[in-house]
Amino acid sequence: MSPDGTVRHLYVHLPFCASRCGYCDFVTVVGRRGQHRAYVDALLAELELERGVLAPELESVFLGGGTPTFTEPGELARLLWALPPALEVTVEANPETVTPELGSLLQECGVNRVSLGAQSFRPRLLSVLDRQAGPDDVRRAVYALRDANLDNISLDLIYGIPGQSAADLDADLSEALALEPEHLSCYELEAKPGTRFTHAHGAELARQAEAMESYFERVVAHLTAAGYRWYETANFCRPAGLADGRDLRSRHNLAYWRGRDYLGLGIGAVSTIDARRRRTTPRLGVYLAALAAGEMPPREIEDLSPDTRRSERVLLGLRLDEPLGVDGLESAVDWGAVDRLERLGLVQLRGEARALALTRQGRFLGGGVTAELLA
Amino acid sequence: MEQSRIRNFSIIAHIDHGKSTLADRILELTETVTGRQMREQVLDTMELERERGITIKAQAVRVDWKGHELNLIDTPGHVDFTYEVSRSLQACEGALLVVDAAQGIEAQTVANAYLAIENDLEIVPVVNKIDLPQADPDATAAEIAELVGEDPDRVLRISAKTGEGVAAVLDAIVERIPAPAGDPEAPARALVFDSSYDQYRGVVAFVRVVDGSFRARERLRAMAQGTRFEAEEVGFFSPTMRAAESLGAGEVGYVITGLKDVSRLRVGDTLTSQRRPADEPLPGYKDVKPMVFAGLFPTDSDDYPALRDALERLKLNDAALFYEPETSQALGFGFRCGFLGLLHMEIVRERLEREFDLDLLVTAPNVAYRVVTQAGHDVEVHNPAEMPREIERVEEPYIKASIIVPKDYVGPVMELNTERRGRFDHMEYLSEERVLLVYELPLAEIVLDYYDQLKSRTRGYASFDYDVIDFREGDLTRVDVLIAGEPVDALSLIVHRDEAYSRGRALVDRLREEIPRQFFDVPVQAAIGSRVIARETIKAKRKDVLAKCYGGDITRKRKLLERQKAGKRRMKQVGAVEVPQEAFLAVLNLDGGKK
Repeated sequence: MSPDGTVRHLYVHLPFCASRCGYCDFVTVVGRRGQHRAYVDALLAELELERGVLAPELESVFLGGGTPTFTEPGELARLLWALPPALEVTVEANPETVTPELGSLLQECGVNRVSLGAQSFRPRLLSVLDRQAGPDDVRRAVYALRDANLDNISLDLIYGIPGQSAADLDADLSEALALEPEHLSCYELEAKPGTRFTHAHGAELARQAEAMESYFERVVAHLTAAGYRWYETANFCRPAGLADGRDLRSRHNLAYWRGRDYLGLGIGAVSTIDARRRRTTPRLGVYLAALAAGEMPPREIEDLSPDTRRSERVLLGLRLDEPLGVDGLESAVDWGAVDRLERLGLVQLRGEARALALTRQGRFLGGGVTAELLA
Repeated sequence: MEQSRIRNFSIIAHIDHGKSTLADRILELTETVTGRQMREQVLDTMELERERGITIKAQAVRVDWKGHELNLIDTPGHVDFTYEVSRSLQACEGALLVVDAAQGIEAQTVANAYLAIENDLEIVPVVNKIDLPQADPDATAAEIAELVGEDPDRVLRISAKTGEGVAAVLDAIVERIPAPAGDPEAPARALVFDSSYDQYRGVVAFVRVVDGSFRARERLRAMAQGTRFEAEEVGFFSPTMRAAESLGAGEVGYVITGLKDVSRLRVGDTLTSQRRPADEPLPGYKDVKPMVFAGLFPTDSDDYPALRDALERLKLNDAALFYEPETSQALGFGFRCGFLGLLHMEIVRERLEREFDLDLLVTAPNVAYRVVTQAGHDVEVHNPAEMPREIERVEEPYIKASIIVPKDYVGPVMELNTERRGRFDHMEYLSEERVLLVYELPLAEIVLDYYDQLKSRTRGYASFDYDVIDFREGDLTRVDVLIAGEPVDALSLIVHRDEAYSRGRALVDRLREEIPRQFFDVPVQAAIGSRVIARETIKAKRKDVLAKCYGGDITRKRKLLERQKAGKRRMKQVGAVEVPQEAFLAVLNLDGGKK
């Protein structure tokens, strides 16, 4: 039996996109405008079936995609109105979909945070990524959202794009900062196996690997110099001191990194509730048919053992800039490795060894360091 | 069976010249196996043998032919196994010398033919594969006749594949090979020419009875070791085990000893009866000394006892295998093993991995060195890391190498041998086209990749065999490798002083490629004593993160880290540096790496 009414974080997946970007490996569906209505119906049906697990008041709702803002505006509004209210409601958007009308729609439907997929401000690099928006679309989108009184905007940037020089990267960061976003997510481009992108650019990326090795450090240096807080491996926000005391970290994503339970709705969405992780079918037709028949869609289930939960708490917690309290997690940590890593200046023990933190250097090597210190 | 109607014989052939196919035809023709039972290469029972198409262990099978009992003692067909061949030959009165009509005589054919002649065996020369379009039976027959001093007309011409001429081979065995000469009334003596270990029945000895006879339930003694046991069963292979009441003089078969301790019955020993023992054991085999050594370490240190047990088991079937415990700072507990040659090493490794399910790390092989220290002590060194630093003199084993090549490749072979410190001995034309080159070389020069080089420089045409001849003084030096300042015992080398710099450089370059970047800079150095002769630095990693990690990514990221963690477990720790096991094999292909 699931513990009714405790989950405070809700993810909703809107898979529709105008076109698929070469590097993307998310669950997406191109076009299919005719199916948006049926999909929103299905989401709402799934929400009804799952309503029991949600707490009466939610902390965060996150609409991700796909391109949520590509969804028919009427359907998007209907969905937003029907979702339970939350302290933070984020919608992901692609710049070319953002109009003054969309800005108002989001604001009126209770959205208070928008994550905008800018990726780059160089037209040449945007075209390598198959992005449809140009640099001016990004700026226009930010202005439109500001005009609609949305005061928490995050920009996504990608670095390590084939052909991207260090100067290109600096320029992207400067242009992003000029828009004064509350939050920035910076991801290294991953050439995921099997994507069209890897096929086209894999060899070039391999050649550039050495030159691009310093880009992560460069991103962190640039953004922290501009006063942003590097609060998670790939995420930055204006510190409370420069934001009228507001904590601008993503509440929703913090929930993942702190090991909280969350409910995911929609195709390919993942939920983790009470030591059980499940992933809903990524197949649109199967999903729609099940919910039209009033049934739960097929899901892959993964039961998380206490050991696994502890390992995950460590691997997620160490991504943050706050020390990870280790009470109850001792068995997930290889303390010999902690010793070694401490001597190398990559890890610190704080508060009489009750908390673990990565040093700045340790955070650049966070993946390897975490692999080493997991028991 | 009356002794005059027994014939014991082996088949000598180079690898791929058709020995196993001929054995199969003999079994069919004598109706020892029915067509339905017939599998390719019935005699090669081990999985490994079947896969490699070579025979590792000798076995014996009894067939009937025109009122005679023929015992076919199968022999291995590779350069490293001369000692097994010699054991098998000692159990026979004759041998078929089989040569491929398209390939002609190979270096190893020559070596084994001489071995048979030394053992006073009657040789029945056979040209095989006469059905092949490229076969030249006349030329091949002339080569063999020349080799064994026989009339070319007496060389049999067959196709083991089609069966043509095989009956004539059986007739020739009966006519030309003498019957065994032992005394059936004398106290019993049997030569243990091979053995195997059965989980349920203990040690099974393969024997050739020379004098007297052996019965089931009889109390026996192994004369050299003094081991006493009761024969639980005696019998022969036809081709599977068949129990018999007794084995008489001249016969070949097996004795189930029930011994559970594999070390208590050695191949080469003589069995006799406790009731009426013989005075003298049969002349034993000459003791084979391993010349090539390597460290074998379990990848997982928990497997050390399993490795020890497995080596003990293999040793029963393999008199030439030598092992002693070895402790390496880098690789932990393992064994330093001695082998006859590289193929022997490879086969032992594969058997350990396959039959015993062990995951092993094998260090680069080296040879045995005889060292006189400055203090005047004589030491035999099997491990470069144990080479004393204060040396008066070092001697290394030398071989006499016989290489047969088409004449067009004489140049490249001479060049290779010169590079490998070889000394030209002489050269003979075996025919208009084929040349035998004889060189003296340090064994150390062939243990790494000589064979591969020889094959590639002669497009696979060269055939090669060698004998260790003696130990000679050499200007040798020890090169050590330091990773992040720590000497790594498992990577030490002994090389000729002139090559120390280039080998050290090549090794350091290889290691820089093999060792992944760490969280800090790692210098890799090669040194002679305290003098560094080559250095490279593996630069520290600057970033190592999983870019995105949200609700849908957690399982995948966790599995990725688990895999990374498992990969780290397979690494060996040298100081603070994690070194992949593969890096310890860097020494193996230094020449492959440098162009």
